[in-house]
Amino acid sequence: MQAMKVRRAGRAVLAACAAAAMTAALAQTSAVDEIAKYRAALQDGNPAELWEARGEDLWKAPRGPKNVSFVTCDLGQGPGVVKGTYAQLPRYFADADRVMDLETRLVYCMVTQQGYTQPDAMKGPFGGPGNKSDIEALVAYVTSQSRGVKMNVPLAHPKEKEAFALGEKMFVYRGGTHDFSCATCHAEDGKRIRLQDLPNLMTVAGAQKAYTTWPAYRVSQGELRTFQWRLNDCFRQQRFPELIFTSDASIALTMYLARNANGAAFDAPAIKR
Amino acid sequence: MRKHFLLWGCAGVIAVAMVGCATAQSDVDVSRQAAAVLKSSFKANGQAGLDRLDQDETQRLCTQYANKALPKDVAEMIEKLNTASIKWPADGKWLGDWKNGERIAQEGRGKQFSDDPKGPVGGNCYACHQLTPQEVSYGTIGPSLYQFAKLRGYTDETRKYAYGKIWNADAYSACSNMPRFGHSQILTEQQIKDLVALLTDPDSPVNK
Repeated sequence: MQAMKVRRAGRAVLAACAAAAMTAALAQTSAVDEIAKYRAALQDGNPAELWEARGEDLWKAPRGPKNVSFVTCDLGQGPGVVKGTYAQLPRYFADADRVMDLETRLVYCMVTQQGYTQPDAMKGPFGGPGNKSDIEALVAYVTSQSRGVKMNVPLAHPKEKEAFALGEKMFVYRGGTHDFSCATCHAEDGKRIRLQDLPNLMTVAGAQKAYTTWPAYRVSQGELRTFQWRLNDCFRQQRFPELIFTSDASIALTMYLARNANGAAFDAPAIKR
Repeated sequence: MRKHFLLWGCAGVIAVAMVGCATAQSDVDVSRQAAAVLKSSFKANGQAGLDRLDQDETQRLCTQYANKALPKDVAEMIEKLNTASIKWPADGKWLGDWKNGERIAQEGRGKQFSDDPKGPVGGNCYACHQLTPQEVSYGTIGPSLYQFAKLRGYTDETRKYAYGKIWNADAYSACSNMPRFGHSQILTEQQIKDLVALLTDPDSPVNK
């Protein structure tokens, strides 16, 4: 009741302002302020916890044709170790002879240990209405176990260096009908699309702030979204074809951005608009 | 003595040149490898085929110089190449309907693999530019275009510039962030005229 009164009063004030020939600049500021308030309100409760809990169950439960849990899965710190692992991914894995991000490693464990076929393990990387993604839940759980841990992505193995160098080049690769590259939107400070602030991913501060807040629960979609999803959807808006889940380019770009975020405390699953 | 000095001097120059070549070569190799890996990492979806990853000369050069200063001669070459691609209106008229222009400026759909290939296709101008003062949700990657013609004059020259810039931004500023809307067949000639009207019609709210 009180809230309604306040809202009504607020509307009256707004109307009065409009009548007093409110300038565009003022409208702009209030719109941005309102969005900031909305974002602050979101921090109260994060539904990502539901994905984390489901992911923990999936992690511990025997699964697949071989009925084996993820407890034998090595995310880089030894079989079954989850705590702090995401802050050191992507990395080179000798058993696969490949640099892998978390999603790629999960698929690898599903195939090599749980007995899934590659296509089955790759199924449903992103959830939608009526179909929950196990990968998104597993990612929510594993990443939640790195909250507060400083990003420390290695760049020691030649294949790690190679992935980073490739990611750096891909970041500026122009293509598609619109000539867009990642850098078109993410290479300058203080820019935005409509009212959405854009991180400058070519600076350490920008990469740190952006990378450490993915995965995130997206309020507008009612889903928890992983970094693989983030890249996939950026390329969709770039008018590129569809980025293949766990492809080499997706891992190289993740390597480039994750490594640039080194030194910052990981702070996800987060919540975003 | 002098002979030795010369010999060593030459050797030094050659060594420096070779190191220079080696670095340049490996940078080109990484770029080439990055392009190849990109091509194997995407799949065609809807209207977005894998050919969208094939770069034309402008995209290739702008990628090559993305993290470096664009040399003057390369910039001039890109601008010349793109100027030649502009198709000026056959009827010599610049102005369409600014109200349609406003709709095109607001429309963000078009050309994404998630979009209906039958349309609509917009310019999504507000994503990056301020235009009418009524729309407060605008981006800042491009400059504000509020009062575009009020500031520049309601002349043919202003209108021609707006038309050409929307058709092919790289003709005016090599490696612009702005898409080449006419050149890349994103917008039609009529849609571009409608946008020129949004920018340069004295009745358009942009010029109020």
